[in-house]
This record gives sequence, structure tokens and C-alpha cells, in this order.
Amino acid sequence: MATIATRETLPAVFGQYVLDAAHDEMFDSSGVVRPHYEQLYAMLLDLPAEELKRRQQLSDKSFLHQGITFTVYGREESTERIFPNDLLPRILTGEEWTRIERGLTQRITAVNLFLKDLYHEGRILNDGVVPRELVYSCKHFRRQMRGLHVRRDAYVTVAGTDLIRMPSGEFVVLEDNLRVPSGVSYMLVSRQVMKRIFPELFRKSCVQPIEHYSQALLATLRSLAPQGCPEPTIALLTPGVYNSAYFEHAFLAREMGIELVEGRDLLAHDNFVYMRTTAGLRRVDVIYRRIDDDFVDPLAFRSDSSLGVAGLFNAYRAGNVSLANALGTGVADDKAVYAYVPKIIRYYLGEDPILSNVETYQMSDPTERRHVLAQIERFVVKAVGESGGYGMLIGPQSTAEERDEFRRRVEADPRNYIAQPTILLSRAPCLAGGSIQPRHVDLRPYILCGEKITVVPGGLTRVALRQGSLVVNSSQGGGSKDTWVLH
Amino acid sequence: MLSRVADSLFWMSRYLERAEHTARVMNVQLNLMLERGVETDDRHWARVLRSLGVEKPEEEAAFAFAQSLLHSTRAPSSIVSCVNSARENARQVREQITSEMWEQLNRLFLEVKRADDAGDVRDFLQAIKEGAHLFQGITDSTMTHGEGWQFIQAGRGLERAVAVAMLVGVHFTEFHTAHPDSEPIEWIGLLQSCTAFEAYCKAYTADLRPDRVAEFLVLNPVFPHSIRFSVDALAASLKQLGADVSSRRLARVERIAGRMQATLAFGQIDEIMTAGLHAYLDTVRRQCTQLHSALYQTYIAYPVAAALGA
Repeated sequence: MATIATRETLPAVFGQYVLDAAHDEMFDSSGVVRPHYEQLYAMLLDLPAEELKRRQQLSDKSFLHQGITFTVYGREESTERIFPNDLLPRILTGEEWTRIERGLTQRITAVNLFLKDLYHEGRILNDGVVPRELVYSCKHFRRQMRGLHVRRDAYVTVAGTDLIRMPSGEFVVLEDNLRVPSGVSYMLVSRQVMKRIFPELFRKSCVQPIEHYSQALLATLRSLAPQGCPEPTIALLTPGVYNSAYFEHAFLAREMGIELVEGRDLLAHDNFVYMRTTAGLRRVDVIYRRIDDDFVDPLAFRSDSSLGVAGLFNAYRAGNVSLANALGTGVADDKAVYAYVPKIIRYYLGEDPILSNVETYQMSDPTERRHVLAQIERFVVKAVGESGGYGMLIGPQSTAEERDEFRRRVEADPRNYIAQPTILLSRAPCLAGGSIQPRHVDLRPYILCGEKITVVPGGLTRVALRQGSLVVNSSQGGGSKDTWVLH
Repeated sequence: MLSRVADSLFWMSRYLERAEHTARVMNVQLNLMLERGVETDDRHWARVLRSLGVEKPEEEAAFAFAQSLLHSTRAPSSIVSCVNSARENARQVREQITSEMWEQLNRLFLEVKRADDAGDVRDFLQAIKEGAHLFQGITDSTMTHGEGWQFIQAGRGLERAVAVAMLVGVHFTEFHTAHPDSEPIEWIGLLQSCTAFEAYCKAYTADLRPDRVAEFLVLNPVFPHSIRFSVDALAASLKQLGADVSSRRLARVERIAGRMQATLAFGQIDEIMTAGLHAYLDTVRRQCTQLHSALYQTYIAYPVAAALGA
């Protein structure tokens, strides 16, 4: 039975829950609870406020004890922070998910074809579908990858695509993260915690499992082993304990039962890669690298890198070691190239994109640049090669100085910027200071691509914990939520 | 196991043992200070520093410098620095040790960091000793007694053998001519610095004689702070570690460890004293250094060419 509730008649715990123009995950525009949220809604009405608080503390403690932290750059003291996790799950219906899954599968298939084409014949450039100068001016384009054969043509092995929900309720792609996406450990841990905290609700809701992510990742990595290597040795390459995602690296290595290595543990000899163990050198066949392209091999890329392995690239080129993700995938998640993904999908697959893009203005185009700069306060301006919420201006929430600063930056280097209209992300109920309030959320599902494509149902729902804020990045005060996809 | 991981575990263990040893020596010496006239202080503290293997800057007074060994984060051999280094090593291999071990080491680190010159020195030193003992107990009862654990044991054995050899060597150079009756507290102090006073009395009664003290601290097979015991423990760990390694690469480690064990097992204290205890202990320390480098050559920093040929 649908519980009818309007703003006036909402129960006390929802007293501060105000609906606005944004799509609300829990209520429809008339204030009626959406059917897939009914179970949660009913439970929230039954639970006393203190009990809710107690469970939130339980959840916080659980995260604290497991040491689930991330590092914030640029500060000396106490840079290790607990990742805030909101207690209330974000719920998606099976149908919503099926569409997302199909859309993501289509997208990654096209992107991998695109990358293969770019680094081989370049048909899409010859046909003028994607401008040549756009690709060659991208700082993540790696000419060293030219003509290099990538195992199974799986350039992007792990993708973490950011989806947002428009006021209309439609999911669209905000960014493709195709280099070294992180956050999947939070998805897995927050599920573990949720099952302990809301066992009843979880059981009643019939949530699709995500626990097989680590197995799926391992199977994907195994499928990338060089030919003639039936029992590959796989290692996860981390920049080390000072990296913001070190917790995740250690977590995934442990879950998969593979070695967690740093650059100094590896060496390349005669185009093979080895790790130094106490029992001697051991050959490594597949490396799940969590280091940026630039730092992978000081001989091939940045020579001042001490995180990588000298000679790794040659071993890679010789096909004796596989890297996941392949090098040079960043060209496809450049925010200016992103705008062409719908065309890329049509070009390679002859299909219409299932998931749309957000409207994007190229600052390198004089007309579009003038249009945006004239009313920059209405737009979100982003540097094309950045991630993690760095290098970005949110027009409506910016100060005059910030806007001037960005105008200057855009004029100085137009190719490096794009603009998008400010989109009101959808909102989901969150526990804030004892009451339930709406907060903006996005969704980052993780897509695995090796021998086959796997998308575990759900993903990381990131929450902008500050009221009204549209920025969900963990480095900028965001938190996370467990994401439930119902059967 | 990755060589880097073995390296971190080994040094974690060495640093913690060093912190504990320094704490014990400092505690004993601060006690002795109460019994002694002030005028001997500087010479005395200079000797304490030598026995800890610490180089004192020319211009500094020995006592002031010795005090910096407690809290100073600038002195690399200070207790604070050692605990800090132990924790830093543990942090690098956080997922290879048990959570209980990490939490205990972290607790010790926080405690040490909080302490400063204003606090009670005895409490501070006591906390270090207890914290280190607790860590050892937790390690033994929560961690798999596999390769990693063996590296931890090896690190402790090696550090302890070197530290005791240094301590005993410096002490005998200073006091070997004097009869124990003239300086009894110094000899008691030496034994206490190795937690050996009670154990010595059980073995030989409270009759303190230099040759017996030397025999006890150097050659005793069952007392855990004697050099022989430490070397035996070290050799036992090395033997376990060697199970997975080709015998050719292992040869040097085995030879040095075996030679050390034999020297200590079949040594006669009167012969050693006649030939010179100091020289004997120098040899022990030199062999420890060789063993350390052989261990590294075999497991951790081996030349790549050799490993590829194997």
C-alpha cells in the first residue's frame, strides 16, 4: 500500500524534508513514496530517532575500526580521514538498473573500439567524426601506444562511470572515469556494514548481491594474461601508503589474494617483469596498476617518477605483461572528448546511445566560449584532464573572484576547459543531525571488461553532505551510501 | 613474500628492540646516578653513550646528550625515534601484520609522542618496556609463525646480540681491572641492563665475579638476553627461512650463523678472558654485521643477475 504523504502531513522524522525542483529518489513530485522505497519508509516511521542515531554510530564505529580512510592532499596534520557513510540506502528498481547496465555495456564497448582505432588506423579521425586536433592535443593521448597490441583489445578494463539523475528522472552520464577509477572498496565495505545494521530490511527488500566484485575483477584480470600463460601471477601496483586510495589497494589485493606491490618491488629484465620476493625473483604476468600513466615507467614517460618500473613499458610492448587499464585510456575520458561519445557509439556500433550525455560546450570553439563566458555563473566549468573535483568552477555557487579567475584561465587555455549547464542532481534521504533531509547524490557503477563485460548491480552512491551542495567528491566533503538494486 | 615486506618486518623488530634496550639501560643508569657523586657524571655518561653505540657530538655535555635519547625526535637513536621508525615500518606493511599488533604498536607510538620532558621519566621508560613486551606477546600469539614472523624473530635476535655485546664490551674495558667488590653497583647495573640480575643470582648466587658475569651474559644457553641465546634464536629463524631458498644462495648465511653458534657453544670463559674479552666481543659484533649483510644478500637486496641465473 502506498503511503500518501504531503509536505504538511509528513511524519516528524521527515519534518525538514522539503521537495524542490530536483528529482527525489524517495518521493514523487506530489509527495507520494515511490513503491521501491516503501519498505525503507515504513521502517523509518517505526524506528525511534534515538535508535536511528544509535545505528548511525554503530556504522561509523565499524568504518573507523576497519580503518577505512582516504587521504586529503595539501595538509600536513591529520590528513587521514574516515570516509563518511550515510546510513540510509539508495534504492534502484530492477528496471532502472537494466537500462543502466545496458547503457554502460554499450558505452564501454564503443570506447574500447574507439581506443583501439585511435592507436591503430585512426578511421574515426579520417572520417572526421572526431576532430584530429582534439585527440592529438589531449595530454592523456600516448603516442607510445601507437600500433601496440592490447590483449583482448580491452583498453579499459575497469571503468567507474559517473551517472547523475536529471530532474526528469533520466539517468545521464556526467563523466567516464577510464584511467584508474577508485571507490569500489567503499561500495563493498558499506554493503557489509549495511547488512549488519539493517538485516531485516535487507532481507525483505531482495537486494541483488555485489559481493562477487572481487572474484569478477580477478577473473577479468586473469583473462588478460599474456597468451600461453594459464596460471598468471597477478599483482596490484600501488604508489604506496601515502596515496589517497591506499586503503582500497590493500583491500582489493587482500580480497583477491594477489600481491600488493610498489614500483620498487618490481624490475624489468629482458622484457619480462619480475617481483623481488624472499625466494628470489618471480615473474609477473598481469599488473592491475593503480598508478597514473605518467608514472608507470620513467624510461617511457615521466623520467622523474620513482613510483614506476624502468623498462615496464618495453615488456608491455613485447606482450609479456598485461596492464589494466591499458596505457593511454585517458584520451577517452578527456572531458572534451567525452562530448563525442554519443557519436562514437553511433560510429562503431550503429546504435543510438542508451545513456545520454550532459550537454557540453567546448571552450576551444569561439562561439560556444563566448556564449558561456557571457553568463559563466550559470555553468559548471571543468578542466578537461582533472578528476576528483579539483580544477572546477560551479557557477551558481561561485564568488565573483572565482569567476574572474576561471574566465582568465579559459581565455588563456581554451582547449583545457569545457562547460556544462549546472544540473540539479537528484536527491535522496540522508540522516543529518537526527532528522532525515534530502541531499544531492550521484551514482558510480563499476564496469569490468576482459573476456566479457561485467557490471555488478549497484555502485557507489556519493552524497554531497552539505545542504544544497552539488559536489559529491570525497576530497570535497562528500560521503557515500550503500546502493541497493532490487530484484 | 615480497622482499620489501621482509625488510620492513625485520627493521620494525630491530627498532622496537633497540627502543626497549635503550629504555632499560637509561632506567638503570638514572637509578645509579642517585647513588653516585656528581663529579663522575660526565665521564660516566660518556661511557653509557658508548655502550649504546651512540656517537656524541664533541661540543655537547654527555648527560645532556644522554637525556636527548629519551624524547628528542632529532636524535635518530632516541627512544622516540626508534618507536617512530618501528611504527613507520609497520605502517608500510600494515596488511601483513595482525590488527592487534598494529593497534598495540600504534598505542605505544601515541603514548611516546604524548610524553615530554615534563613528565615522569621512570613512568615513560616503564611504558616503553611494557609496551614492547606486550607487542612481542601479541605478535607471538596472533601472527602466523610463518616467514614474516621468522623475520621478526631474526631482527630481534640480531639486534639483541649486537646490543649486549656492545654493552658488555664497554663495561669490561672500564672495570675489568677492579674487583667487583669495589664497584658492586656497576656490576649490578650491568646485569640489570640485561634483565639478568635475578637470573644471575639464581645461577651463581649474589657473589658477583667478572668471569661469571661475562659467562652468564655471553655464553648462557638458556637466558633470553645472553648473546648465545640471541644468536641461537637468530640461527633457528634463519634455518626456517632457508627452507624455501636454493642451498647455493643460502651458503653464506648458513656458514656465518653456524660459525657464530659454534664459537659461542664451545667457548670457554677462562680462555676467552685470557685472550681478551673485548676482542672476542668485537668478533661477535663483526660477525653480526656480516650476517646482516648476508641475510640481505640472500633475501632482500640480492643482485638481480644472480637471481636470474638461479
